[in-house]
Amino acid sequence: MLEQADSTVQAPQADLTSQTSAEDFEPRIVALFCNWCTYMAADLAGTSRMRYAPNVRVVRVMCSGRIDPQFVMHAFARGADGVLIGGCHPGDCHYQEGNYKALRRFRLLRRVIESLGIERERLRLEWISASEADRLRKVADEMAADIRALGPLQLSIPAEEFRNAEGAGAEIPSPEIAGETAAKEVAVP
Amino acid sequence: MLRENGFGSGPTSGGKTNGAPVNGDPPIRIGVYVCHCGTNIARTVDVERVTEKAGELPGVTIARDYKYMCSDPGQELIKEDIEELGLNRIVVASCSPNLHEGTFRGATAAGGLNPFFFQMVNIREHASWVHEDRESATDKAIDLVRAAVRRVHHHKALETRRVPIKPEVLVVGGGIAGISAALTLADGGKHVYLIEREASIGGHMAQFDKTFPTLDCAACILTPKMTQVRNHPNITLMTMTEVVKVDGFVGSYEVTVKHRPRFIDVSLCVGCQQCIDACVYKRGKFEDEFDAGLSMRKPIYLPNAQAVPQVVLIDPEQCIQFSSGKCKQTCVEACDRDAIFFDQEERIETLDVGAIIMATGFQTFDARRSPHYGYGIYPNVYTALEVERLVNASGPTGGEIVLRDGEKPTAVGIVHCVGSRNQKSNPWCSKVCCMYSLKLAHLIKEKTDAEVYNFYIDMRTPGKGFEEFYQRVASEGTHLIRGKVASVYQQADGDGELLVDVEDTLAGMVRRIPVDMLVLAVGLEPRYDAEEVRRTFNITCSGDGWFMERHPKLAPVDTFTDGVYLAGCCQGPKDIPETVAQAGAAAGQALALIGRGYMELEPNTAQVIAEDCSGCKTCIPLCPYQAILHDDAENRAEINEVLCKGCGVCVAACPSGSIVQNLFEDTEIYEEIEGVLAYA
Repeated sequence: MLEQADSTVQAPQADLTSQTSAEDFEPRIVALFCNWCTYMAADLAGTSRMRYAPNVRVVRVMCSGRIDPQFVMHAFARGADGVLIGGCHPGDCHYQEGNYKALRRFRLLRRVIESLGIERERLRLEWISASEADRLRKVADEMAADIRALGPLQLSIPAEEFRNAEGAGAEIPSPEIAGETAAKEVAVP
Repeated sequence: MLRENGFGSGPTSGGKTNGAPVNGDPPIRIGVYVCHCGTNIARTVDVERVTEKAGELPGVTIARDYKYMCSDPGQELIKEDIEELGLNRIVVASCSPNLHEGTFRGATAAGGLNPFFFQMVNIREHASWVHEDRESATDKAIDLVRAAVRRVHHHKALETRRVPIKPEVLVVGGGIAGISAALTLADGGKHVYLIEREASIGGHMAQFDKTFPTLDCAACILTPKMTQVRNHPNITLMTMTEVVKVDGFVGSYEVTVKHRPRFIDVSLCVGCQQCIDACVYKRGKFEDEFDAGLSMRKPIYLPNAQAVPQVVLIDPEQCIQFSSGKCKQTCVEACDRDAIFFDQEERIETLDVGAIIMATGFQTFDARRSPHYGYGIYPNVYTALEVERLVNASGPTGGEIVLRDGEKPTAVGIVHCVGSRNQKSNPWCSKVCCMYSLKLAHLIKEKTDAEVYNFYIDMRTPGKGFEEFYQRVASEGTHLIRGKVASVYQQADGDGELLVDVEDTLAGMVRRIPVDMLVLAVGLEPRYDAEEVRRTFNITCSGDGWFMERHPKLAPVDTFTDGVYLAGCCQGPKDIPETVAQAGAAAGQALALIGRGYMELEPNTAQVIAEDCSGCKTCIPLCPYQAILHDDAENRAEINEVLCKGCGVCVAACPSGSIVQNLFEDTEIYEEIEGVLAYA
């Protein structure tokens, strides 16, 4: 379903070893934020010059209800150590109730990832309104610390292979499937 | 600094290449522009390294960094590069898209491209301003740029949608903010619904005596405005009315309002007040809200002497007819207009408007929450609003400043910052209290010749003529004591005399000052129901509870909800000139919106790919706007683009992946996710 753009095969991979060594492990956290509340909170954190862990990379969607569970699975499969979903507080959704849909999916998704051996702390859903920059800061810091303590995501195949498997064009989520394709098509820089 | 990367042909693998022609489309040629934002970005993010890395990404034809991308020369760069290098995708890494996405889409369009072949990367609010470590902030910026470059490959040419805007405007709140906004709009030829929860418009300003620093009489400048509102052909005034529900969206809001019964027909009553005289209560028995509880009124009453509309009302909680049903109804007999109707009921009405101005105002801090000042304990401790009424010629004492026992005070203390600038109550400065305290000091001194002591923490008088007014009051002999009041208590044997313990930080000592009247300069705070109101209108509150503006500097009267604007103290403490100015700005914004007649909407709507849809109907109940219908003949879903607001909830739910959201296609999001993760 995903048309693959292969550009990252040439992404530098020299630091992979240092990534996995426990002491300088820096978690990679993909943050899927809704446009109206949590993305705004992140903007406010910026204008307020708050400091938080630099591990979070924000991907903007219009509503947390837009977040397909496959986005999360894809992020894990492609090397995320954690995924943070941010939406408006219950009752405050810009689109009335998209955040409730996000919550439903999140509940189910957490069970799925746990059954795949991914610790539940690696997936987090937070309601952060546009004015709650400080809460955003706390959540980002907490999550970075929690995942640093957990260590890199250990999938049933070595994470490096996933990370090398960029461009494998796999049907995404299951680590096993991704692993197979990765094994076939590992691109060596 | 400039990186050229040949003609969009990055290193490839797996047979497919970003930048290579796909299905005969021209090759992808991306221009990446990394902004220094002066030093705002460049101080923390190594923009040159970001540019260098961007230049190496597949599909990137050119990567540049520039001091200020949003400046004219910055935008010109984009335009020229599109023309000269044949770029067909643009990525700008600078500030938040909320600030400059429109700017750069415009530059992209100026270069001759569809504006949606543009993607913005936020490396200021999301990187340079929130991180200290240059290395990790730079790494993050590189990741975000990579994500955008990967994403922009998949962008498509899109057209914005135009929706018509209804020309009517709703103004919520009839204080000076709402009045000013309504008059501006009405004078501009637009129809305004001005709704007010209370029985009269005028708000807090109507209660004041004089206004600082010019000391012009509040009523003299406000009542003509109120009368204009009443007489204006373009204003429909609705008092005792509240908004219960807001549906729709910018340009086409459907607002449900509830009219509370007044038990008087507004169209019949002429305000003669004979009913009040005739009431079975021979004298006032209930606290008059307008006089801050300092006078008594009957259950049937006129909100205040200058009320607009000049129409009485009945309080059903107090009127005997409502409690017993056995009143003699002398008021009905007295009314020669037959305007009294005990059976009036609550009425619901729907208003169709294109824009909404929120002017719901503030409430004053409840001084009981700071009990050490003795309010509610000692009778001679007053709030400033009460004293406004005492000073006012139309107030309970006819403008005489007297204590509750009728005596003139000889020594008056005024405590600044009550409820403000205090972590235990409200942390903010209420902005108006220093000035109104000085005003009250002047008026009290003028009317009573009492000794007046102002206890202040800092004297805050920024504003035109404010400092001069402060100097004037100081020269009149008002005692200005810099320090916090620690406690207030009543002399055991004195007749109501109060002792104020205060630190005098300029004299370096603790003082005990006897006064017989103490005025508490209560601060401003959000109304008790601001949270509920915010939800009704789907706008945001800042952490302190005031309504939040879209941008503190560049969009101070807009909200995050298009077509909803803010005026006056509902957004934060303000004095009257500022409130009026902001109301004008809000009216101007609303006029700009409805004057154009249409609104361009983001083309981020969803569509069903008909041949992939299995007709499972999963999406249909999910849509909050009922925009998805099932075509029974074809057994597939169809999305009404006009109704779709672009949340994407159906896209995420579609089991067959047959719904696509413009600007947020699955592919685009997957590319972004991969892009941020593709670092080593």
